[in-house]
Amino acid sequence: MMTDLCGWGRYPRLASDLLEPRRAEEVRQVQAARTGWVARGNGRAYGDAAIGLEATIGLRALDRMRHLDEAAGTLTAEAGVTLGEVIDALLPRGWFVPAVPGTQYVTLGGMVASDVHGKNHHATGGFGAHVRALTLVLPGGEVVRCSPQEKAALFRATIGGQGLTGSITEVTFGLMRVETGWIRQRTIATPDLATTIRVLAEAEAEATYSVAWIDSVARGARLGRGAVFLGEHATRADLAELAPGTDPRPRHRPARLGMSFDLPGFTLNRLSVGAFNELYWRKAAATRGPQLSAWSSYFFPLDGITDWNRMYGPRGFVQHQCVIPAPVAQDAVAEILRRVAAAGTASFLAVLKSLAHGHGLLSFPMPGLTLALDIRMTEETPALLAGLDRLVVEAGGRLYLAKDACQSPATFEAGYPALGAFRAIRREIGAEGRVTSRLSARLGI
Amino acid sequence: MADTKTVLVLGGTSDIGRATALRYAEAGWAVQLAARDAAEGERVRADIATRTGVPVTLHRLDILDTAGFGAVLDGLPALPDTAVCVIGLLGEQARSEADPAEAARVMRSNFEGPALLLEALAARFAARGRGTLVGVSSVAGDRGRASNYVYGAAKAGLTAYLAGMRHRLARLGVTVITVKPGFVRTRMTAGMPLPGPVTAAPREVAEAIFRADARGRPRSLYVRRVWWPIMTLIRLLPEPVFLRTRL
Ligand SMILES: Cc1cc2nc3c(=O)[nH]c(=O)nc-3n(C[C@H](O)[C@H](O)[C@H](O)COP(=O)(O)OP(=O)(O)OC[C@H]3O[C@@H](n4cnc5c(N)ncnc54)[C@H](O)[C@@H]3O)c2cc1C
Ligand SMILES: NC(=O)c1ccc[n+]([C@@H]2O[C@H](COP(=O)([O-])OP(=O)(O)OC[C@H]3O[C@@H](n4cnc5c(N)ncnc54)[C@H](OP(=O)(O)O)[C@@H]3O)[C@@H](O)[C@H]2O)c1
Repeated sequence: MMTDLCGWGRYPRLASDLLEPRRAEEVRQVQAARTGWVARGNGRAYGDAAIGLEATIGLRALDRMRHLDEAAGTLTAEAGVTLGEVIDALLPRGWFVPAVPGTQYVTLGGMVASDVHGKNHHATGGFGAHVRALTLVLPGGEVVRCSPQEKAALFRATIGGQGLTGSITEVTFGLMRVETGWIRQRTIATPDLATTIRVLAEAEAEATYSVAWIDSVARGARLGRGAVFLGEHATRADLAELAPGTDPRPRHRPARLGMSFDLPGFTLNRLSVGAFNELYWRKAAATRGPQLSAWSSYFFPLDGITDWNRMYGPRGFVQHQCVIPAPVAQDAVAEILRRVAAAGTASFLAVLKSLAHGHGLLSFPMPGLTLALDIRMTEETPALLAGLDRLVVEAGGRLYLAKDACQSPATFEAGYPALGAFRAIRREIGAEGRVTSRLSARLGI
Repeated sequence: MADTKTVLVLGGTSDIGRATALRYAEAGWAVQLAARDAAEGERVRADIATRTGVPVTLHRLDILDTAGFGAVLDGLPALPDTAVCVIGLLGEQARSEADPAEAARVMRSNFEGPALLLEALAARFAARGRGTLVGVSSVAGDRGRASNYVYGAAKAGLTAYLAGMRHRLARLGVTVITVKPGFVRTRMTAGMPLPGPVTAAPREVAEAIFRADARGRPRSLYVRRVWWPIMTLIRLLPEPVFLRTRL
């Protein structure tokens, strides 16, 4: 059935045949029968990564968990299981997932295909570092198992490979033990960019989780001011100290607030975002001592508002997420923030984090700082983005494919030196001309 | 745990059956799944066991093999506290009209098989003096309609059968509950245009079944309440008016 598909940013929207196999065996058949397809998980990539050139293979129906190995600390599950389902099932038994993105509504397949990073990337790596084995349906329909030991090259291409080596049907990954579902959080308000970056860097050594929110509207001496949030999994002793009597395993409550309609595009402007940011920054500055935050609001604050992506109006938005090598990061980030603030396209979300190495050939993370900005789609946006991309390339950085909708092939090639090796593997397994997303067609992968 | 309860889900590979089994497992019940497709059954079994940590067993059952029911029930590790039957077959109305064998298969899958299996369970529950039987029937059984009366008639038979069992067993300590889900977004209805406000998710049906069981009141219920006025109206439409509708 031809369907209009889009990513989380609702830009671009493109027609594709949507096929929804109900079990792994049907994935094989669909793949063998068609060309120009790519897998799709829960559609949380922002741009065109999960839209097939001709067909899109939706894998949400592969949603069965298979085995929890408590001795090894691993879970094996089909690739369409979501992160939220894993946490709901395993947190009550004292397990958590060692690398989580900013939303729980992603599938395990999507987490592998983007080698997703969390707020602890500097310490524990991305999701790819915790994957023990994958079942992959190769482009022609052959089913293979790969892991860091078996078919290691294919494994490294599939981690972060944006679905371009075939469909992942099953994932085995390592879990971590936690005593509670709470995070012991510290908040440090920072007056300017240099301080924000310094506090983040210092945090790397001591904190498990660290992330900075940036006031994207602030200019001049306040450019890059923000708040750094540090977190640790709270122990039972922490709970007893900070909030005696608290339920150690808070359950996720489904979102109450919702955006059931599109806000007109002009609602988010410098004034409204500026007012919100001012309040937010002051609240952060007034925070004293550690606080407890439930796992859902610490890791997935935006999940509390369903369909918040409609906030940017009917034309949608893009997320510009780059990573810049540490030595030149401050200058590049400052210039990006300056240009976005000057363009007046207020970004509601601006986040800065440290990253370490990624685990796959096309993984986004590399040592440095990553800045993510949401930008509403308007006539001027492509030109603004092209300018930002030039800055990123000059600084030796790259853009995150899971967020991308607009970068040029040249920007992409400059940022991903392992592209040649990735293409060679695609050729070897017969993926070329067969596994094609709108993203891979646009970038010539 | 000596007081762990057990639910038997007949048709455990359906979307509604899977959601129902998971709902009971989340409440700590041990689960017995009965299904005809062993591979799919194992997929659901492992899923529920992994998600909840409760014991889940899988049992082969073909609802058309009525002679085998005794052996299936004897093979269960324990007589369950509750049995939920979600087995059904929509079929294709036009095919059933043209092919008596197909019509018989639809009738037997929705009526004969479920009724006889629930009757066999009722005997065992009554002998124990306790137990709950839940039968998933359909609004399609409330009045025969051109678009699906072979299925509808079989469901009407099941509804009447359940009503009779409820009447007979109430004084024997066995609770019989009839559930009419209305439209549900499942494999059975995939690709059909279903009106949002009257269409439930499998999880909602599971929740309605679990709650009705917990209350323990013998009754018949619609999952979404709007179905009561809708079906009352459809049932009461005078025949001349009804004949002019396209339902
Ligand atoms: C609010 C929000 C916050 C986010 N925060 C972060 C963050 O902090 N860190 C981070 O790293 N990312 C983040 N992301 C991005 C998100 O984690 C990735 O885009 C992820 O891949 C989405 O998973 P999905 O299941 O929705 O996959 P989709 O969006 O459906 O697909 C994404 C890519 O994965 C491929 N894919 C999906 N399933 C499979 C499969 N079974 N087999 C093969 N390929 C597959 C698709 O082909 C596509 O290329 C965020 C996204 C949102 C919306
Ligand atoms: N979906 C709706 O809108 C709706 C509305 C009203 C009532 N219902 C009723 O709800 C119940 C569940 O339906 P569903 O929507 O979840 O659809 P479904 O997935 O098609 O469920 C039907 C179930 O019956 C099983 N079954 C059919 N023939 C069988 C046989 N010979 N032996 C053993 N099992 C057999 C199927 O097994 P397999 O998995 O092996 O195919 C499947 O598990 C049915 O009784 C249906 O009539 C559904």
